[in-house]
Parts: sequence; C-alpha cells; structure tokens
Amino acid sequence: MNHVRLKLTDLQKRYNRRTIFQQIGADVTGPGSLAIVGRNGSGKSTLAKIIAGVLSPTSGSVHLEVGGSEIKREVRHRSIGFVAPYLTLYDEFTAVENIVILESMRNGRAPAQADVEAWLEEMGLAARRHERVGTFSSGMKQRVKYATALIHRPALLILDEPTANLDEDGARFVEKVVQRQSGSGIVVVATNESHEAAWCRSRIELGTR
Amino acid sequence: MAWVRIGSILLITYTLVAGILTPMVPSPQGAFEFPLIPGLEEKARNIFFHVPSAWTTVVAFLVALWYGGKYLRTRQIEDDLASEAAAGLGLMFCILATVTGALWAKFNWGSFWNWDPRQTSIFILLLIYGAYFALRSAVEVEETRARLSAVYAILAGLTVPFFIFVLPRLVGGLHPGAAGDPDGTGPVVSLQMTGPMFIVFFAGLIGFNLLFVWMFDLRVRASRLAYRRSLHEG
Amino acid sequence: MLDLARIAAVVRKDVRSELRNRYSINALAMFVVTAVATILFALRSESPGPASLSGMYWVVVFFSAMSGLARVFVSEEERGTALTLQLTTSSGVLFAGKLAVNVALTMLLTAAVTALYLIAFPTFVLRTPETFLLTVIFGSIGFASASTILAAIIAKANSRGTLYPVLAFPVLIPLLMTVMSATERALEGEPLAAAAGDLQVLVGYCLIMIAGSFLLFDFVWSE
Repeated sequence: MNHVRLKLTDLQKRYNRRTIFQQIGADVTGPGSLAIVGRNGSGKSTLAKIIAGVLSPTSGSVHLEVGGSEIKREVRHRSIGFVAPYLTLYDEFTAVENIVILESMRNGRAPAQADVEAWLEEMGLAARRHERVGTFSSGMKQRVKYATALIHRPALLILDEPTANLDEDGARFVEKVVQRQSGSGIVVVATNESHEAAWCRSRIELGTR
Repeated sequence: MAWVRIGSILLITYTLVAGILTPMVPSPQGAFEFPLIPGLEEKARNIFFHVPSAWTTVVAFLVALWYGGKYLRTRQIEDDLASEAAAGLGLMFCILATVTGALWAKFNWGSFWNWDPRQTSIFILLLIYGAYFALRSAVEVEETRARLSAVYAILAGLTVPFFIFVLPRLVGGLHPGAAGDPDGTGPVVSLQMTGPMFIVFFAGLIGFNLLFVWMFDLRVRASRLAYRRSLHEG
Repeated sequence: MLDLARIAAVVRKDVRSELRNRYSINALAMFVVTAVATILFALRSESPGPASLSGMYWVVVFFSAMSGLARVFVSEEERGTALTLQLTTSSGVLFAGKLAVNVALTMLLTAAVTALYLIAFPTFVLRTPETFLLTVIFGSIGFASASTILAAIIAKANSRGTLYPVLAFPVLIPLLMTVMSATERALEGEPLAAAAGDLQVLVGYCLIMIAGSFLLFDFVWSE
C-alpha cells in the first residue's frame, strides 16, 4: 500500500472579516484517521474543504503526500474522495451516468463497467441504477455520492457529516467504509456525532476557546 | 508625504494662476506670454487641465491593476482596499477628463462627442471603471469581491494595447497628431507649445499626479484603519 | 497540462446535459429570431447598407451571446454542482472544456444569425465569403474566450443577468469594432487582402484573451 501523509500546518481561515478558526495543526500518517469535531458554525465543513483543496486558507498550509511525492493542490482531486450532504450530483443524469461522467472527468477515461456495477450493488442502488438522480431521495443521492467518491480508490477520503440522510443500513455501511479506508489510506471525518468521531484515532477540536 | 502635499498644492496653484492669467499673443516673447495658436486660441488653456486629468486616469488604472495583481498573490485584504481606492480616484479623474474633453470638443470640433479614438478610449475606460464598481457591489463576501474585481481589472487591462494601437487605425481621429485633425492645429504638444507653456503643462501634469498620490494615500490609510478596527470588533 | 481526454469528458458532459434539458439552445434560438424580427420591424422597408448591416449583425450576436454564454458556469453555480466539479477536475481542464463548449455555441449562433440575415435582408450579400468566414470563425473564438471567464466571474456574483453585458462590453469593444469593420469589407466585396489587418487583430485578440483567461481562471474558480 502506498504511503500516505496528511499534514496541516497552522491553518487559519478568515471570512468577511471574521476569524472562523486559527492555529489548526495535525499530522496524520496513513493508515490512519482524523476526526474534526466542534459545535455548529465552528468551521468543520470549511476545514474539510480546505483539506480537499477547494478552499484556500487565509494562512497556513495543507500538505498531502502519496507514495513519497507531494500532491499539489491543482491535482489533489485525483487522490481524494469527498462526500458531504451539500455536495450536488447532476439531477438530469442517472446514477450510472453520474458515476461514469464524474470519473471520466477525473481520470480521462470511463471506469470499468464491472466496477460501476459492483459499487452500485454495494450501495444498494442496483435496481434503480438507470433512473435519473433527480428522482432519488436525499439518502439515495448520498449513496451515489459514496460511489463517486470511492470508485477511484482515493488515498485520502474526506467525509463531512458521513451519515447525514442515511438510514441504519447506510450508517453501518459508512462505518465499514471508514474502517476500510483507515486501514489502507487516510480518512477524515467531520461530524457532530460523538460515536462517529470515535471511529477515528486522532481528532481536531474546533471552536474551543 | 509632506513634500507630496506641498508639491501638489504649489504646482496646481501655479498651473491655475499661470495657465489662466498668462496672456496669449501671436508672437510671444519671454516667459510670461503664450503663443496664440490659430484654431485653438484661448481654448488652448484647457490643455493644462484636460491632459493631466486624462493622464492621471490612466495612472490610477495602472495602480488599481497593480494592487489587484498584488492581492491575487498575497491575499491580503489591504491590497484590495488599495486597488479599490485607486479605482475610485481613477473614476473621478476619468469623469473630469471626459467632461473637460467634451467641452473642448464642443468649442473646437463642433459637438460634445465625436467618437475620435481618444474620446472612445476614455469612454471605454469610464465603462471599465463603472463595470468594476458594479461588480464590486454585486459580491457580498469580501474575499470573493477582492478576487473577482482583481481578475476583472487585469482582464480589462489586457485590452489596453488594442485601444492604443488598433483603435486609431479603425477610426479617423481629431486629436492633434491624428490624420483627421481638421483645421491644421497640428501636433500642438510637440510643435506649437513654447517653453513657458511646457513649464505650466508639466507643472499641471506633475501636480495632478501628486494630488492623486496624496488622495490615494489618505484613502488607503482611512480604509485600512476601518478594516483593522472592524477586525478587532468582530 | 494538456489533457485532451479529460477536456473531452467535460465537453461531453455539457453537451449531454444540454441535449437532455435543452436549456440554452431553445431559448437562444428564440432570442436570435426575436432580435432579428425586432430589427426588421424597426426598419420596415428600408434597405440598410453594408455598414449598418454589419453593425446590426454583431449587435444581435453580442446580445444573444450575452444571454446564452453565461450558462456554462451560472448553471453549475446555481445547482451547486460547482463544488462537485472542483472535486473532480483541475481548473485548467474545466476551463478548456467550458471554452470549447462556448466556442461551439457561438459558432452555432453566428451560423443562425447569418442564415436569418441572408433570408431577411436582400442587401446582406456576402461578396467576399472567405473574409466573412474567417471573421466569423475568429470572431466566435474571441467572443467565447472573453465571455467564458466573465461567465465564471458573474456566476459568483449577484444580479448576474444585468451584470454580464456590463462587464463584457468594455472587454469586447476592440473585438466588436474589428469584426464590424471586417464584416463590412466582406459585404462591400473588398478582396481578402484588404481585411488582412483586421484578421491579424482578431487573431491577436483571441490569443491574448485565451492566454489571459487560462492564467486568471484559477483565481476565479478556486476560493
């Protein structure tokens, strides 16, 4: 397995003249896991997006290393999977199309059909794989998002409110995913639920003064 | 900064007094007479105010561009505040240049607006400044506003070479030196301006620029103070 | 850097989405028809000369483009899929894909406007078709390259609809003046060589805008 390392150095985020958090640091070497906890509005999602490279910090740095080489922010999306309730899929495409389209934008080629089928099977979506995502419930959309985030076997998996919208069955699946990922790479879980935070071996607490 | 303040007050006062009071005679002698240029006559006095304000407009745009680019590198809101301050002053000088130019055009070329290349350029600059502020007011998050307006300023700056090199080729011009210059007032600045006129002209040019620096510095410091205070309160 | 397969995937995604929803194409087609009809009403039986015809041609293209080209980014931002895209592509790949889509859309647009003008105005005769063709091709590329990054900018702002032409007009003026001049030459029947200067300016504009957009896009796209 590739060596993975995630290092956060002195991260600070200011937004519209308000400091959301500052002096955030962590150093996780894979296989490993990191929980981000804190009350509402403490910046959990902001930190998750900064780690994913879609938001830049006001100061400080995020360093991701896979197999000994640094992954630059511009190509970080190739090494990460990201699931969040606020992430949106394309409503006009079916579950299969969403997975295939997003994956071919990421890798330049469509994923193997068997792979797509296997993931949909695992997510319990096989029966409705050719229906448009727009007709799905939010829980089912969340399941499709897991498939799009996991199909390229990312070194770093970032889950923001991992079990939002999911039923018990889905929540069990998420726990399995977290365990699997924390054995092979790094998983970051941003959550309000203490039992979800307990899945992880290290943690960042936001909003403690 | 003291010399900037003193310099701008002295130079602009000198330009006002000398530019308006110095008599214009057909064959000037000595330092206290201007030449009477046929076709321009007393209207030529406008050059001491019109050209410096047009020039300062461009300088202000370049300063706004510079600080916009700096913001994209440093991500310090202070740089964006400086960019905004420069653009605000640029807009003011741009309006001054447009109005003084339109008045001059009315009395020299017959109508307020002729779509001469330089009139077109200053009009477009006015539109760019207007668009820049329209964009700023349409974005609520400060960091996003700073990013977007900096990018827009640079993008607009990319079109400047076209206005300098391309526009005069497409449209006949009326300004001195252009092909369509009607009553042979010729390239006033280079040929018919005499020593004393040059002195007043450059005094105006430098004076306006110093005035810009002075106002720019004031605005930047004021907005920085407001910014830092809001950080402490927030 | 040059990643054609990924860029093609972005284009395919947009085309497929458009074929399914037909948001842009239908509205755009109606916009063009309406604009040309309005001009016809305004002119009644007048037959305009090459200068006014080339001007009106690009006025229609300008406003139609302003109503259609912003969609590539506005739709992603409105639906919330912008974040999804950020998590799946790099900004360079995404911009190249969106630019390609907008170039294609602008070319379709100019083709439609040309067809309508040929039908509606007896005086709209392409006496130098090669000049006209080159003008329309490079004009479309130039239009799309400046409009695409501006679309990304306004997608992040409020009051998008009104803001778009306000931001685009000053940036597009050099292009508009040049294509109008070249189109007039094509209608007048001047030889291709007479428009060489205009075409050089057009190519220069395209190159500067594309290079500038690629350098600046990441600042717009990544927060």
